[in-house]
Amino acid sequence: MTSLARFSRDFSSRHGTGAASFVVAAVLFWIVFLILLPQLAMLDVSFRHNLPRPEVGGPRDVHTLDNYRYFLFGNSGGAALNALDIGVLTKTLVAAVLVTVLDILLCYPIAFILAHSASGAGARLMVIGLIVPFWINDILRAFAFRILFGATGVINGVGLSLGLWDQPIDFIRADVALYAGLAYTYVLLMVFSIYNAVETLDRNQIEAARDMGASWWRVHWRIVLPVAKPGIASGATMVFMLTAGALAAPQILGGPSNLWFTQLIYQWFNDAGDWARGSAYATILLVVCLAFVFLMMRIFRVSIGAIGR
Amino acid sequence: MTKDVVLDHVSIRFGGYTAVENAHLTIRGGEFFSFLGPSGCGKTTLLRCISGFVQPSAGRVLIGGEDMRNVGPNKRPTALIFQNLALFPLLTVAENIAFPLEVRRVGRKQRRKRADELLEMIALPGTGDKKVHELSGGQKQRVAIARALAAEPDILLLDEPLSALDLKLRQHMRTELRAIQQRVGLTFIYITHDQGEALTMSDQVAVMNAGVIEQIDNPETIYNRPRTPFVASFVGESNAIHGVVLSQTGRLATLDTPLGPLTGQAAGGRTYLPKERCTLFVRPEQLFIADTPPEVNTIKAKRVNEEFEGSIRTLYLQAGGEALRLYHMNAAVSAALASGDGAVTVSFKPEQATILPDDPALSG
Repeated sequence: MTSLARFSRDFSSRHGTGAASFVVAAVLFWIVFLILLPQLAMLDVSFRHNLPRPEVGGPRDVHTLDNYRYFLFGNSGGAALNALDIGVLTKTLVAAVLVTVLDILLCYPIAFILAHSASGAGARLMVIGLIVPFWINDILRAFAFRILFGATGVINGVGLSLGLWDQPIDFIRADVALYAGLAYTYVLLMVFSIYNAVETLDRNQIEAARDMGASWWRVHWRIVLPVAKPGIASGATMVFMLTAGALAAPQILGGPSNLWFTQLIYQWFNDAGDWARGSAYATILLVVCLAFVFLMMRIFRVSIGAIGR
Repeated sequence: MTKDVVLDHVSIRFGGYTAVENAHLTIRGGEFFSFLGPSGCGKTTLLRCISGFVQPSAGRVLIGGEDMRNVGPNKRPTALIFQNLALFPLLTVAENIAFPLEVRRVGRKQRRKRADELLEMIALPGTGDKKVHELSGGQKQRVAIARALAAEPDILLLDEPLSALDLKLRQHMRTELRAIQQRVGLTFIYITHDQGEALTMSDQVAVMNAGVIEQIDNPETIYNRPRTPFVASFVGESNAIHGVVLSQTGRLATLDTPLGPLTGQAAGGRTYLPKERCTLFVRPEQLFIADTPPEVNTIKAKRVNEEFEGSIRTLYLQAGGEALRLYHMNAAVSAALASGDGAVTVSFKPEQATILPDDPALSG
């Protein structure tokens, strides 16, 4: 809060009081009304019973841990773990980690080339090539991937006609389509995060390391990667959070037996009409994801400040 | 052992632009060799060519008799010190210095030992665990040198490494660099636009202009016997006086100039024909105030302005429509300086002035 006050003082001395109060008001509105209050409301709902309308505010409307208990133990009443829902959450997290790692592997070289090798027209073409796919709507993109990976899709068509395999491969059931679609959707976030970090690297440092006999592998491991680390961390955080929270892509591209945790939340809210349980599940997803991100940041020794850079 | 570096008719072109034109020279092992020239003259390109980051468009680079074509920068016996030093900011000082050893898979303990030895040598003992940004400019400089030396190169290439330092430190580092070079006995190839650096440190200096090497000589010869008008005017201060040849006897030629007949030494022992257009170069410190009428080279001048700079006084003179500069040692007493009307007679010794032809095709 003191830093916010200091910021507003600096800002108003530079841009005038009007601009400063607008920025402060907009930021506060954003944080308080659009983020904090809805989350708090959801948190509150998640601790309540799913009551019919007339009973809301009545004697039975009290706080309870029922919804969280249900996530852990289901209807067993504490005798057995709710393997289904916990399994879905675990699977979602593992899949999100996979997609994030895939994006890091894919985007690090792209970002490096963009920052240090490509120039002029080549670099511009690369950036346009990265941005153009995002002119296409999310849902359409997911369906396009379905067509691409379907049993009679382009990839199976090409593979079969070239004789690479003789039975259509079910990419949808194997979740290949889902991982590919999710990884593709968030490529841009990862590329630009890493690019921002890598771009600050002085080219001379790469040449100096080369001059001292370092192989390309070592140049990247010792010189480029440490500089890219905060960028990778911020990109990975975004990709992980967005992937774990994705709904449309899993719905469209996920295999028939594959449930994403967001789909469970959706079902509680919409199909079952149980907002309290849906809120509890949403809160669980948020907390688990945040905890996971902080754990990763601790393991890879990245500070929050470095991500904000 | 020390290896000679030979540039065998090296030219470097980028598209239609020629950065280096037909550089042909030998740098002997153990020498301190400088390339001196204004920015954009191709000296850095030439250095990058020796280190292997740039391939010659024509000609060959030989190090120790071996053709370096297709030998990458990481495989050459050279170590390059970059203009901005290119120290790794995320590594400690010791890790920086030991990086070349890490590349060669030398063990951690031994790397640290060597780093400490090198820190001892550059007079920064105990700083191994510091981060690079905790060091001062001069200290970073020395760490960069230590890191290059850790690679145990035969040839150290330095790309204007002192340009970022302030004047005092720069002068100190000159002495230091020269001392380090003599201690380790390596070949130093040094790039600079600062003639003071080139002259004080080098065994040999190559003066470059617009991609062409104009003169290669030891510093004294470069300064006292410039071979081209560019060298004469770029290295040190010079008064350039244009004229035509009147006569030549032996190595001394006399020009007819707006200041009257002036005699100087014909550059490179050449023989001039009468009427040839030439320029006489004489340095400000070689001009002196003649209290008694001199035998030759009498210039009647008028004092226009003067600057007091401590040990010397710069006199700005006007003679025959030409502006002249004269450095007057403050210790030297002159009656003419005291006189009020500003008229002064100046002169110079014929063998200290250099006469060069104006036609660039004839120079060199």
